[in-house]
Amino acid sequence: MPKTLFDKIWDAHVVNHIPDGPDQLYIDRHYCHEVTSPQAFDGLRRRGIRVMRPERTICSPDHNIPTLRQDLPINDPVSRNQVDTLLRNASEFGLTLFGLMHPKNGIIHVIGPENGLTLPGQTLVCGDSHTSTHGALGAVAFGIGTSEVEMVLASQCIIQPKPKKMRITVDGRPSDGVTAKDIALYIISRMTTGGATGYFVEYAGEAIRSLSMEGRMTLCNMSIEMGARGGMIAPDETTFAYIKGREYAPKGDEWDKALAYWRTLHTDDGAVFDAEVHFDAADIEPRITFGTNPGMGIGITERIPAPDPADEQGRISYDKALEYMGFKTGECLIGTPVDYVFLGSCTNGRIEDFRAFANFVKGRKKAPGVTAWLVPGSWSVDRQIRAEGIDRILEEAGFDLRQPGCSACLAMNDDKIPAGKLAVSTSNRNFEGRQGPGARTILAGPLVAAAAAVTGKITDPRTL
Amino acid sequence: MKEKFSTIISSCVPLPMENIDTDQIIPARFLKATSREGFGDNLFRDWRFDKEGNPISSFALNDPAYSGCVLVAGKNFGSGSSREHAAWAIHDYGFRVVVSSFFADIHKQNELNSFVLPVTVSEDFLAGLFASIAADPFTKVKVDLPSQTITNLATGKSEKFDINPYKKQCLSEGLDDVEYLLSRRDDIERFEASRQH
Repeated sequence: MPKTLFDKIWDAHVVNHIPDGPDQLYIDRHYCHEVTSPQAFDGLRRRGIRVMRPERTICSPDHNIPTLRQDLPINDPVSRNQVDTLLRNASEFGLTLFGLMHPKNGIIHVIGPENGLTLPGQTLVCGDSHTSTHGALGAVAFGIGTSEVEMVLASQCIIQPKPKKMRITVDGRPSDGVTAKDIALYIISRMTTGGATGYFVEYAGEAIRSLSMEGRMTLCNMSIEMGARGGMIAPDETTFAYIKGREYAPKGDEWDKALAYWRTLHTDDGAVFDAEVHFDAADIEPRITFGTNPGMGIGITERIPAPDPADEQGRISYDKALEYMGFKTGECLIGTPVDYVFLGSCTNGRIEDFRAFANFVKGRKKAPGVTAWLVPGSWSVDRQIRAEGIDRILEEAGFDLRQPGCSACLAMNDDKIPAGKLAVSTSNRNFEGRQGPGARTILAGPLVAAAAAVTGKITDPRTL
Repeated sequence: MKEKFSTIISSCVPLPMENIDTDQIIPARFLKATSREGFGDNLFRDWRFDKEGNPISSFALNDPAYSGCVLVAGKNFGSGSSREHAAWAIHDYGFRVVVSSFFADIHKQNELNSFVLPVTVSEDFLAGLFASIAADPFTKVKVDLPSQTITNLATGKSEKFDINPYKKQCLSEGLDDVEYLLSRRDDIERFEASRQH
């Protein structure tokens, strides 16, 4: 019987079907950061047990860490304690850890793929909803809660109901100035913030195939923003070329064997999805958000739409969002002054994002009123930036690089957007207070961010 | 946190808004604790308190008219971040049931693992319940896990809700997934030995 890519991988990892219940699913790769793991390690100690397969878990602190002077102790004692707790837990339970200033440290969803730790065909989890990123390599990857982190540490398995399957096909080629982030924001606004809840999404079509691995990671990363359990793309030559030679990737005979298996990882002709959605890349322009969830988005030249008058609870949420943002129905946001620009995060903190940003600001200058935070997703991205001379281009245009971490994505470290200030952010969430209490966030791709950084206002990058 | 869940009769706290994300339930800056306790103090922190830390009287959790261990919220409750701290905060504050017409996947699972029962009802039932609470803040619901029914005691309207038998048993008997998984160690090792990829 023809099978979907998702079914092939999921079914190959089911240890037990619990009668009338969820599946007991084996997990190949587990990533751990400092925020969602301490209570799970406490659980192991309380039960008096060890980690069942320590070699399958990799730890890296990322959320709490400062992006300046990481050689110094972390200022905030509570953040420092959480990072130190991860170090102690990794050491006590014999887990690999890439700590602060380690050459492999970075945002967990950036370092997994770049070290060859994320591979096609894996089941992969992390106590973090943006674990969906790793689906870009053809893995079944999804975020879990801390109770589930404890399950994985204790048994290398989780108990999980099998999601439904959705295929989102984007036909055609995206036009110039349209990035993977714009495709993601377009899909999410069309699907709405909860429109893919209950589903695991496979992305397909020419527009998806034409994306680089970095672009695919950006797209899969945002799957959770329409509620999807995860998002994935069938591995192809682009995937294999990206993985080959990376440190933890299979080598020699192991590589040949793995590759033969990976080539079977695609949805068979005739396989059935629970839902199919089609979009056309020609309809996508550079995107921005105007509200307080990632589904509240528009094309950069469009006006803020009116809410559905028939939906009472929806209208309450809509009015609350526009009041928070200080925007009005019918308004076009081009020309709106911008206070902060953030390039980085697990969504857009990869080398391709820095290339795109630098290419755009080359020969231009940062606008005087704008504070710009440019934060590589990992030390590896930072080294690549310097190797390609991108740091010099940025410096000439008036931008500084910070040190790797989650930074201004979620206001757990020193990088917070002050109350009332408007930020154009390449991160993934524009929720109320996400970037700091009272902070106002417009989500966008690296080109819209670059255009805002050099003009000091919302600007269509295609017009510069 | 281990407790047994059966039948609850309680008044409700209403939040008639859609897409309440876990950043609102518990903002990220309160996620730095390394234990599970105490998150209830910061439940809905930025909707509950102003910048100076004074309670915002118009917010339902601060309104003395509303009480009880049942939170009623608009559709797509718990979207966004996977932080289980959101479910711990809901539990720690004293809620045992959340009623909505639609839950985000990860948060729903986190509630079940934190001994909070997510009850998914129809849009009609939810609208009716909000209307009953608006008319009388002391409106009570009965949530009966054994029969998987929820009843609006103001109108008598009743509805079945879904929960898979495994999770129902976990909640009813205070069981824990980790115990279950540890009991299947032989299966796990057999699975590992049989893998081809």
